[in-house]
Amino acid sequence: MEALMNALTELLADNTIFTMKTLGYYGEGLVTTVQLVFLSLIIGLVLAVPLAIGRGSRHAWIKMPIFFFTYVFRGTPLLVQLYLIYYGVVFVDGIQDTWLWLILEKPFVPALIAFTLNTAAYTTEIFRGAIKSTPRGEIEAARAYGMSQRLMMRRIILPSAFRRALPAYGNEVIFMLHASAIASVVTIMDLTGAARFVYARFYAPFEAFLFVAGIYLCLTFAILYFFRYLEKRLLAHLKPANQ
Amino acid sequence: MAATPIPLEVRDIKKRFGDVEVLKGLSLEAHKGDVITLIGASGSGKSTFLRCMNLLEQPDEGDLLVHGEEIRFKQTRHGREPADWKQVVAMRAKLSMVFQSFNLWAHMTLLENVIEAPVHVLGKSKKEAIEHGRALLERVGLAERADYYPAQMSGGQQQRGAIARALAMDPEVMLFDEPTSALDPELVGDVLKVMRDLAEEGRTMIVVTHEMAFARDVSTQVIYLHQGHVEEAGPPAEVLGNPRSGRLKQFLAPKH
Repeated sequence: MEALMNALTELLADNTIFTMKTLGYYGEGLVTTVQLVFLSLIIGLVLAVPLAIGRGSRHAWIKMPIFFFTYVFRGTPLLVQLYLIYYGVVFVDGIQDTWLWLILEKPFVPALIAFTLNTAAYTTEIFRGAIKSTPRGEIEAARAYGMSQRLMMRRIILPSAFRRALPAYGNEVIFMLHASAIASVVTIMDLTGAARFVYARFYAPFEAFLFVAGIYLCLTFAILYFFRYLEKRLLAHLKPANQ
Repeated sequence: MAATPIPLEVRDIKKRFGDVEVLKGLSLEAHKGDVITLIGASGSGKSTFLRCMNLLEQPDEGDLLVHGEEIRFKQTRHGREPADWKQVVAMRAKLSMVFQSFNLWAHMTLLENVIEAPVHVLGKSKKEAIEHGRALLERVGLAERADYYPAQMSGGQQQRGAIARALAMDPEVMLFDEPTSALDPELVGDVLKVMRDLAEEGRTMIVVTHEMAFARDVSTQVIYLHQGHVEEAGPPAEVLGNPRSGRLKQFLAPKH
């Protein structure tokens, strides 16, 4: 470890921008970005499953509010949503006197809320499409074999839909990673925030942003690889034999 | 009532789609060991009739008794519906269906397909279901395909797998909805052979089919439907060997 640090220090000795200190900023930014994206994706995914089921309900009072939610969050820019949640909550009367303010005061939680709701809206629509395209015959077979609506959802429709949604959901994950860059506009020191800081400090846009672009590419590669692995395992049933 | 209740009895089933009355009062009694084949031109209502028996289609009128238990209905805004879906679910578990397009669950292996309903609907232990499932796959000649996904098998194999899935429920009555119509001609024989074996061991079966040889050799009763009503019914030798109505004669006439 020490040898690695020494090698790194030596390598960086000749330049004035990428010192251990600025690399530290990037490091912290990486942690923040990963936390923000990972948390919002997980919570968004958990929200999206029941929302997607409800979105296909035959009762208008269930499906209409969900449609309204996904329409609003897919129909407006994420940046605007972030501004509304970050700056907007201040104007809610009396909120600064409640415990809520303790979490909303810092930018991380408003950003997390905006990202979570946004990805939940997109993921809901991805899942809904996948649920809707479940082969009719498979649903009929489930009914004919005495499955209740609930059991059929759990055993047949969702497992089949999740697999079909996998490629589209992989795109959503990559999209969220890149969308998270706008967290930096509400003073969060994420990866892009770190790059902006380095750019401002040294007036070195190419170095600052190319470096951060490289980090995003690495993260994207990891996500792609992960989803390829999942698809290989979970979509095996769609491949014909002997190929 | 007799000592052992009749596995399946339907009385005076009527069904309309919009303005078209597709079933005009059909009845049927399937006693233990009966093999009833429903024949008729397409549009005669034979598949709809079969689908009314496990309520994949809701009949507008008529009674349905499974193992002597009458299914209760109620009138709603949307038409007639079962009064108690729990009763329907329990009833369906006693009648298993084999479909024209197999309808195996694509994300499960063949063995998983076979044990799915026994484990999750009937509440059997997984170990027991797997044992039984493997024996059934052996029986339909698919023992070595247990871990294949449906997409990796031929149509004939999928349909034999679907029959194993139906058998795994230990059903009172098996419903077959044109089980060989979606198959290449050279694959039909294997599926029919499995069905003949089932008939021989005394399974109660109701079969919608175009396979006249099967109807002639295997069934205990043949029902010829025309435009939603029974045109002729009786033992195969009578109905197929000596048709009375002009329509049935025409239907049975060899088409070159």
